Amino acid sequence: MAKSIAQEFVKGLWEEIPPFRLVLGLCPTLAVTKTIQDGIGMGVATTFVLVCSNILVSALRNVIPSKVRIAAFIIIIATFVTVVELLMQAFTYPLFLSLGIFIPLIVVNCIVLGRAEAFASKNGIVLSLADGLGIGVGFTLALGALGAVREVLGSGTFWGASVFGPSFQPFSFMIEAPGAFVCLGLMLCIMNLMGKK
Amino acid sequence: MRELIKMVVVLVVLSAFSGGLLASLRDSTKDRIEYQQLKFVKGPAILKILEGATNNPIVDRFKIKDGDVERSFFVGKFDGKTDEVAFESSGKGFGGDIGLMVGVDPNTDKIVGVGVTTHSETPGVGSRAKSEPDFVAQFTGKPMIETFKVKADGGKVDALSGATVTSRGVASGLTDAGSIYKRLKPQLVEKLKDFSKKAVKTKQGEQNG
Repeated sequence: MAKSIAQEFVKGLWEEIPPFRLVLGLCPTLAVTKTIQDGIGMGVATTFVLVCSNILVSALRNVIPSKVRIAAFIIIIATFVTVVELLMQAFTYPLFLSLGIFIPLIVVNCIVLGRAEAFASKNGIVLSLADGLGIGVGFTLALGALGAVREVLGSGTFWGASVFGPSFQPFSFMIEAPGAFVCLGLMLCIMNLMGKK
Repeated sequence: MRELIKMVVVLVVLSAFSGGLLASLRDSTKDRIEYQQLKFVKGPAILKILEGATNNPIVDRFKIKDGDVERSFFVGKFDGKTDEVAFESSGKGFGGDIGLMVGVDPNTDKIVGVGVTTHSETPGVGSRAKSEPDFVAQFTGKPMIETFKVKADGGKVDALSGATVTSRGVASGLTDAGSIYKRLKPQLVEKLKDFSKKAVKTKQGEQNG
């Protein structure tokens, strides 16, 4: 029963990597992965919220009455999301501008509430921290990978730097919403093929 | 009954804690956020207008109450004394308000520069008001308190071809800027005097400390 801390961390990176294996949190996954910076920025913000809310939910799991647990979780999550929003405005303003409405929307990201409900409310603080960190890093990697593919094909740049030179005609379909679906679908397919063996 | 009380207490304590934390965080990041907004949204226009200033105009700013609204003024110092002031105005464009930053020299009442900060004009047509510096450059050196009109309306402003409505918006925004300037000039001059005194004082303070 008692899994090790390392196992809890590692499972978020492959076995339960959120957008690909759990297919959760698709709203930010599809919306903010136009560039690799946006994808990773969103992932880091979500990781922060996940880790903090997991720790607090786990610490308070014996205090919060089960009938109002969802309300209590939402208060905790919303608080940390607002913290992230304020900090981003103060320190990484350009990133805040490009992520826009999707930062406050982390509140309704079902990964965060899902981890609080399914894991942190039943496990100790250290395990919850490992779980939150693992899932968060997995989410960040997934968003970064999706962002990288879309940015390279859609704008011909990688982390803002040109890849193919000026003669490249960007495949602008990739940075629009349908491109996000196609790209996510192909990556899910690849993940499933690799998982079969 | 006991369970009910427990639920209420837990939620109240959680909310109160969360509210307190967020309020204090908001307070401590407020100035920084305001600065960041100025730097990234209006900063480029301000710095372009007050080019060559020896201070940082985004830091050296003050506010004057104008009826119900507070207007920010950005001070550009040249050779140590306060010379030019930039402030905001807006005009109605084709797709919404066009935000303008207007620089003025209070000694001569002449425009030293105009820049477009925010707009929602048609890309490639009205948006040229921001991307083509030649258009706003024609206002430099004109008297601040004047009614600007595009040539099609019998004025002197060269409109952007194909973007008459945008050009009209910029012209009316500048006319508004002129009336704001006229209305607030006495206070503005007062504030500028205070400001240069204060700036000198803090400089001395820094040297002493």
